[in-house]
Amino acid sequence: MTPLSREAIAARLAQDIEEGWHVNLGIGMPEGVANFLPEGRDILLHSENGILGMGPTPPEGQEDPTLVNAGKKPITMLQGASIFDHAMSFGLVRGGHLQLCVLGGYQVAQNGDLANWSRDHGDPIASVGGAMDLAVGAQRIWVMMQHNSKDGAPRILENCTFPLTGSGCVKRVYTDLAVIEVTPEGFLVTEMIDGMTPEELQNRSAAPLRFAEGCGVMPDMTRAA
Amino acid sequence: MLDRRCKSIEEAMAGIEDGATVMISGFGEAGRPNYLIKCLMDTGVKDLTLVSNNAGAGYEGLAMLLRREMVKKLVCSFPRGAMGDEVQRLIKEHGLVIEVNPQGTLAERIRAAGCGIPAFFTPTAYGTALAEGKETREIDGKGCVLETALQADFALVKAHKADRWGNLTYLNLARNFSPLMAMAAKTTIVEADEIVELGQLEPNTIVTPGICVDRLVLTRPVADHEWGAAA
Repeated sequence: MTPLSREAIAARLAQDIEEGWHVNLGIGMPEGVANFLPEGRDILLHSENGILGMGPTPPEGQEDPTLVNAGKKPITMLQGASIFDHAMSFGLVRGGHLQLCVLGGYQVAQNGDLANWSRDHGDPIASVGGAMDLAVGAQRIWVMMQHNSKDGAPRILENCTFPLTGSGCVKRVYTDLAVIEVTPEGFLVTEMIDGMTPEELQNRSAAPLRFAEGCGVMPDMTRAA
Repeated sequence: MLDRRCKSIEEAMAGIEDGATVMISGFGEAGRPNYLIKCLMDTGVKDLTLVSNNAGAGYEGLAMLLRREMVKKLVCSFPRGAMGDEVQRLIKEHGLVIEVNPQGTLAERIRAAGCGIPAFFTPTAYGTALAEGKETREIDGKGCVLETALQADFALVKAHKADRWGNLTYLNLARNFSPLMAMAAKTTIVEADEIVELGQLEPNTIVTPGICVDRLVLTRPVADHEWGAAA
């Protein structure tokens, strides 16, 4: 049983993004989803500093200081891209215009609470960026994270212990072990990696898991390719 | 003749005093008015309240205002990053106050100030640490937080093209906070890549109308040594 790589989680998640969706990919792990968007679907990426239709990283030497993403890394513009100011950009976020936002996470609770901006209640420079706006505003929030922290602590919880980013906002979680829906009845596992058992996954989680009928295998799409 | 071009940089920077609230446009380096920041640094004013998304990086631009201990309060969304350790030091040793806002709330508070909206309710941050101490209300079944408009005495703004009336265009993602800040300050000072004749800006492409601009200068690059010795 091999947990999925970050790329493999990104590749799996990307398959679920539908034609015509406008999508914000959070800084960090979610940025990798851009590399696996299914061919042939028009999917527009939003970056909160003011663009819809963000394109891939430019070749070295062709970076433009006025073309950067939310992580301040160089980007390009697709044909059909649009540019707008920060208020409109967050109006698109907060006004519920984006079909999807993918965020990284420290913890997700069974009621959909998300903690992803600070691991310390007393941090004087805890930095939120756009995470709270996205958590509340996008039509659906999918979280992409390791199932357990580096020291093995569960991150799928009954209640978050870190400072909250948003309440009840998460609809689905993609981890290196499973795909988990957040339902009114709590967590519902719909896919697990090859070789994973319900008992093992439950042991690695700190909230009750239910398993969907026909719970399938979470494929490693980077390996298949 | 209405002409917002300044005859000197001193004229552009006049009136910024200790304790002023100053908005600075930009998201990282994109749209950051480096020349005006350098000139603000050179005035040596103290106890500024800065409004800017980040805390800057390195030994240039925004970061230098902090490193030179000219700032008493930073209103931002993301103080961590390259300046994180220095910001922590300034908090401990100099009592720097950091006010973190969700980025969309920060943008909307600035927009509200420029549009005569004293406050607004938003679901963003409801139930989180960033809503502590703020008035809340349930609206249409949703918990909301009352956020107030964010005004400033001065805004330092970077534009791409300008004319003498102060009409402005921006380039790509250098637009970000500039149009909002230009409306939200009592005095808006703009540095532009290019100043063109009236009529040369296509009216349909002007993003900020000149009414929002008070003073206009042409940008120039700031050399490393002009930021002063590294600490």
